[in-house]
Amino acid sequence: MYSTTYHRPATVDEAVALFAKGSDAKYLAGGHTLLPVMKQRLAAPSDVIDIARIPTLIGIEASSETLTIKAATTYFDILSSADVKRTIPAIAHLTSVLGDPAVRYRGTIGGSVATNDPTADYPAAVLALNATVKTNRREIPADAFFQGLFTTALENDEIITAIAFPIPEKAGYAKMRNPASRFALTAVFVAKLKSGEIRVTATGASQDGVMRVPVIEQALAANWSAAALEGITISEEGLMADIHGTSDYRANLIKVMAQRAVAAAG
Amino acid sequence: MANVQLTVNGKAVSADVEDRTLLVQLLRDHLGLTGTHVGCDTSQCGACIVHIDGRAVKSCTTLVGQVDGANITTIEGISKGDELHPMQAAFRDNHGLQCGYCTPGMIMSAIDIVNRYGADLDEDTVRHELEGNICRCTGYHNIVKSVLDAASRMKLSIAAE
Ligand SMILES: Cc1cc2nc3c(=O)[nH]c(=O)nc-3n(C[C@H](O)[C@H](O)[C@H](O)COP(=O)(O)OP(=O)(O)OC[C@H]3O[C@@H](n4cnc5c(N)ncnc54)[C@H](O)[C@@H]3O)c2cc1C
Ligand code: FES
Ligand code: FES
Repeated sequence: MYSTTYHRPATVDEAVALFAKGSDAKYLAGGHTLLPVMKQRLAAPSDVIDIARIPTLIGIEASSETLTIKAATTYFDILSSADVKRTIPAIAHLTSVLGDPAVRYRGTIGGSVATNDPTADYPAAVLALNATVKTNRREIPADAFFQGLFTTALENDEIITAIAFPIPEKAGYAKMRNPASRFALTAVFVAKLKSGEIRVTATGASQDGVMRVPVIEQALAANWSAAALEGITISEEGLMADIHGTSDYRANLIKVMAQRAVAAAG
Repeated sequence: MANVQLTVNGKAVSADVEDRTLLVQLLRDHLGLTGTHVGCDTSQCGACIVHIDGRAVKSCTTLVGQVDGANITTIEGISKGDELHPMQAAFRDNHGLQCGYCTPGMIMSAIDIVNRYGADLDEDTVRHELEGNICRCTGYHNIVKSVLDAASRMKLSIAAE
């Protein structure tokens, strides 16, 4: 790791002020993406600004319509939350198959969403549930937030403060894990919103990162069942191909994972 | 350079180290606690797991600044003098280690698992929960046996207290 300067501000404003002072600063939350990248010397921030313990960034709140998870809440705390299990059990399940227990103690929802790794779990939930990404400056709808591989609508110094998930009528998540990295080889999140809208997303599949899957959305709108997806085919165009799987394998996985996710959603 | 103050295995530690220092480097290179191992460059193997404020965390993916003020327990800190921790004893009795490289991380994770689930662990839970610990000797069956055995020993010792 290259040399860097560590800061632990007490508030979001202080964090933003420190960011402005650094020549090439980075925020640090759980560190389970940023530190491995710094260890490989693929990133060399002049300053790392630790936002993981800022009190206003931690916590979970549920109303009858919305589940709000603040950005620096760890996966472990999400997994331990009775509010999450009660309102959107699919998010509890997603979190239980993310990484490993040590990763879940440190990693945060904000770090995952800000990174937008094409094989990460949370972007699939945020996009399928049409969640709102709240920052220290504005509110960004999920549809406008994810902008391709490791790219989001965030400004350099902008801090995600919370993710607000509308509580759906039903939702389910199914993941085929890469057994070595634990990231998604392909995973699918299906959601039936209270408005009746059906949104289905896949992660780990597209070369552009998290994506909606319109053919599955249409089939489920006509008939919400795993059987309704039996006849459909997913195009392999634009899907990833690497040592872990070909693009037609991933295309088939999208269908199979969607069927499992629907079965889990009930 | 920064000054960090933390508690390691019950002792107060104050160290002046560069900000880029990882917790595992502080433990091994500065404090000589070489029981905590480094098995990978990618945060995937779990050989470096220690307890930070009671939670099993990868010390190779933690900057010292992040643990300023924290309470750290390493593999060196779990026995009571010559008396092994029940998890250590169970690993010895069940042949839960071969070369031993992964063992400190396995044991620190396993204690955390028993702390979270209580003694009523089943094999599936142990296997799922040990996903972050890789054993290159691949002796997983005996590791799982050791954890289950230790869980019942820890239950007995809690009941006795
Ligand atoms: C072994 C291992 C297995 C993993 N498996 C999975 C998996 O199966 N699925 C999965 O989805 N992920 C997985 N991860 C990644 C893990 O989820 C990371 O914790 C997560 O992607 C990043 O969160 P973090 O809090 O650690 O962020 P950090 O590493 O601290 O930060 C990551 C980036 O996000 C930025 N950032 C952090 N918080 C904010 C914020 N509030 N506002 C703006 N920017 C912010 C940082 O500046 C940095 O650029 C794994 C990681 C490891 C090491
Ligand atoms: S050395 Fe820390 S996870 Fe491998
Ligand atoms: S005992 Fe050799 S690596 Fe696990």
